[in-house]
Amino acid sequence: MFKKNVKAWLYLLPAILFLGVFMVYPLIDVLIYSLEEGYNSASQSYHGVGLFNFSYVLHDPYFLQAVKNTFVLVIVTVPLSTILALFISLGLNSIKPLRHMYQTIYFLPYVTNTLAVGLVFMVLFKKTPYSEGMVNLLLNWFGASSVDFIDGPYWAKMFVLCFYTIWVVLPFKVLILTSALASVDEHLYKAARLDNTPKWRMFTKITLPMISPMVFYLVITGFIGAFKAYSDAVALFGTDLNAAGMNTIVGYVYDMLYGNSGGYPSFASAAALILFAIVLTITCINLLISKKHVHY
Amino acid sequence: MKIRLEQLTKKFPNRNKKQGEFVIAVNNFNFEIPDGKLIGLLGPSGCGKSTALNLISGLEKPTEGKIFFGDDDVTNLPPENRGVGMVFQNYALYPHLTVQQNIMFPLQNLKGKDKLSKEEMQRRALEAAKLVQIDMLMERKPSELSGGQQQRVAIARALVKMPRVLLLDEPLSNLDARLRLQTREEIRRIQKATKITTIFVTHDQDEAMSISDMIVVMKDGVVHQIGKPQEVYDHPTNLFVATFLGTPSINVFRGRVQDGQLAIGGENVLSVPGVPNRDVICAIRPEGFLLDEKGPFTLGLERMEVMGRDTSVVCTHEDGVSEVIRAIVRTDSVVDEEKETVRFTLIPSKVHLFDPETEEDLPFMA
Amino acid sequence: MQKKMDFTKIERRAMVRSRAGKAVTYFLLTLWALIVLFPFYWMLLTSVKSYGAYNAEYIPTFFTLSPTFENYQTAFTAVPLGRYFTNTLIFTLVTTAIMLVVIVLAAFAFARLEFKGKNLLFTLFLSLMMIPTELVVITNFQTITNLGLRNTFAGLILPSVTSVFYIYLLKENFEQIPDELYKAAQVDGTGDFKYLLKVMIPISQPTIVTIVILKIIECWNSYVWPRLITDDPMYFLVSNGIQEIRENGFGRENIPAMMAAVVVISVPLIVLFLIFRKKVMAGVSRGGIKG
Repeated sequence: MFKKNVKAWLYLLPAILFLGVFMVYPLIDVLIYSLEEGYNSASQSYHGVGLFNFSYVLHDPYFLQAVKNTFVLVIVTVPLSTILALFISLGLNSIKPLRHMYQTIYFLPYVTNTLAVGLVFMVLFKKTPYSEGMVNLLLNWFGASSVDFIDGPYWAKMFVLCFYTIWVVLPFKVLILTSALASVDEHLYKAARLDNTPKWRMFTKITLPMISPMVFYLVITGFIGAFKAYSDAVALFGTDLNAAGMNTIVGYVYDMLYGNSGGYPSFASAAALILFAIVLTITCINLLISKKHVHY
Repeated sequence: MKIRLEQLTKKFPNRNKKQGEFVIAVNNFNFEIPDGKLIGLLGPSGCGKSTALNLISGLEKPTEGKIFFGDDDVTNLPPENRGVGMVFQNYALYPHLTVQQNIMFPLQNLKGKDKLSKEEMQRRALEAAKLVQIDMLMERKPSELSGGQQQRVAIARALVKMPRVLLLDEPLSNLDARLRLQTREEIRRIQKATKITTIFVTHDQDEAMSISDMIVVMKDGVVHQIGKPQEVYDHPTNLFVATFLGTPSINVFRGRVQDGQLAIGGENVLSVPGVPNRDVICAIRPEGFLLDEKGPFTLGLERMEVMGRDTSVVCTHEDGVSEVIRAIVRTDSVVDEEKETVRFTLIPSKVHLFDPETEEDLPFMA
Repeated sequence: MQKKMDFTKIERRAMVRSRAGKAVTYFLLTLWALIVLFPFYWMLLTSVKSYGAYNAEYIPTFFTLSPTFENYQTAFTAVPLGRYFTNTLIFTLVTTAIMLVVIVLAAFAFARLEFKGKNLLFTLFLSLMMIPTELVVITNFQTITNLGLRNTFAGLILPSVTSVFYIYLLKENFEQIPDELYKAAQVDGTGDFKYLLKVMIPISQPTIVTIVILKIIECWNSYVWPRLITDDPMYFLVSNGIQEIRENGFGRENIPAMMAAVVVISVPLIVLFLIFRKKVMAGVSRGGIKG
């Protein structure tokens, strides 16, 4: 028995080692960091224990801006991308010819490098002295005036960020919803059709309840993902997100840790814990709502 | 509602192109289903009977031909406007709705002058539930019901809107043997009570024979025979129908008619006046054998199988197409099991002759 | 007669409605397909426009009659794009390989071996799934810095060679292999390790392929950790490379060269996807959330 135990632990050793060093220890450490006041990276010393780090972060205008940006992004992209994905999946499931082609195309953004394609979006939306940019050209065609989406007004930058985020997250949602829709027993629709059920009622009374577990799964993971937004913003607006006013909470954490304004792991830890608390709360609320509305 | 099919044909594109461009699931159907009867569409699996049902419901569009409900041509009418009720093989109950909500679902679709009040819907749902005896389960979800109960809910849901036609696709195939017997009586009772023209599809001949007013025997998309169950059993028009109906199945031999006598394996076993001299396929029902020590038909004796109600004598014959020959005899008959052969006399009405080429029935005066 | 009229009307309306519905569906699907494809088209197009031609376009043009490959040359010579590329390749392959070993061993122990504290340990593992990387990145950054592993492959790779989720996925898969096979192997005197190699891994191959594909996508696109841990361009991965190019490379306005770099970076994964389309999509729907 002893030998058996040893063998099992040997098999597990690498996993435990890596997880211990890079997951469990940091988890405890981040709590400690967040409570150490005035921690200095260089001397690795601190002069007190308390909640000052949290208070500092919560009063930092950059952090508040990041929170605002993140919330706007979440509130806009999660519902919009889910609804859009639902419509696209419904469309995909209602056609036969070319369906695979559309599915393949829609999936492409998933396998692209966020940073690299973000650069393309920047080029498309940017307005420079030499060129109006592609999107502005379209705007002009429709009689609107040009806007600089990358260095211009806040709403324009937010629009690009949301648009790009939706573009990036849609493949996953479309994939999940398409397979959820396809797994609904087609006889249910046949039965409903024979009963002269209107299309809209079929959707609300059969389709939606049947795929509701998957929709809630997407909403929950969508919230978590959107709250962690960062690299999309970097791709569009560059690494100095504070200057662009487009920072996100995760971006704030990294900026506190490293880079021009870095070297404050305590502030970073406090911010990361605040983010974790927000995500946990939202996820719990989501789970409670889904318990009430998912029927089986 | 009387239903008439005229030259109804359905072709599907063939996935395996080597075997031809189309699969013909339903080939040139021409028949009329009288009002208020229970009709069984019977055939081996893959014979196109479910397709036929789907054509009548409108879920599939025919390639050619016409469908009439009464005098109305409904061939191109979308399924939702045909007023048919259908029970699917897997019942297709809405898993997230209660029994009551399931049964009320079709009623909630009514619009305009047909719209019902909530009370009226509940009353009608309860009525339908009572008819199939599930009125005490109204608040349950389908997952909390047994197979038989789910089946009844499906029937109640199909009946509640008072359809002109009721279609049942293999309604009993998902039930266990005992429940199957009970449910088929139930279907008969409900059909009698509602007088709705009902068509059901099955591959089980007992099921079809026992409750139908009329059966339609199909194979490979072609209708082979239509008629009252007993009629079809007694007078099969071809070899397929003869072999498909009846358990144990009919015994098939190669034989020859010479001078009005049917010869199998050198013995003249039966006189069949009116048939010219020729080779024939001869099919004899198991109950068509009478034990007779002086009988003209000699078979090799294998063993006796006691079934309780009767006894089956298992025999062999070198001209038998089927490997063993079964004769059903009374339990009190005496057969010496030590002997190697057993002799029978044949009951003429239980003997059928078929053309070896066309497999069509060759009538003779019994 | 009145009724007959009604029928033809209903039939015609149903037909018109279904055709119109189809047309609208295809139109909208095509519209979204264009929105998805357009950035890809634009980067390809821009990457073959010459620097001078691109900058002379005040109004962007939708095609070019004189494609040039000089931007690709620039992309590989003016900045160490080849270097970034090799780094990413090494990073991706090594990380995936080590991870496979680690998770296969752990999943095997959880699925097949009996030992004290197994359930407790597995519960602990599962609870780690809820921990966001953002929370642990801070300390990991400090750890790697303190170990002097900044700007090394070890520093890049080590923190991402375990995944609790993949251990879980693989364990579930291993558990579906019938017990009888394991018992039969023991009767034949096959050792645990040999059994793992010769029986379990081949049987679980589809899941393992799924995990490999997901990990490759993840590695190829990883940005945050490499950015924290490397500031020497010798160790940049493509994501950091592209960011570097954007901020300091080519001079800010050489968009065509940037686009050439973007194309080079994007092509491998897209090709991989097009080859293993079914596997990738099945894998992602089983367990992939980007990021």
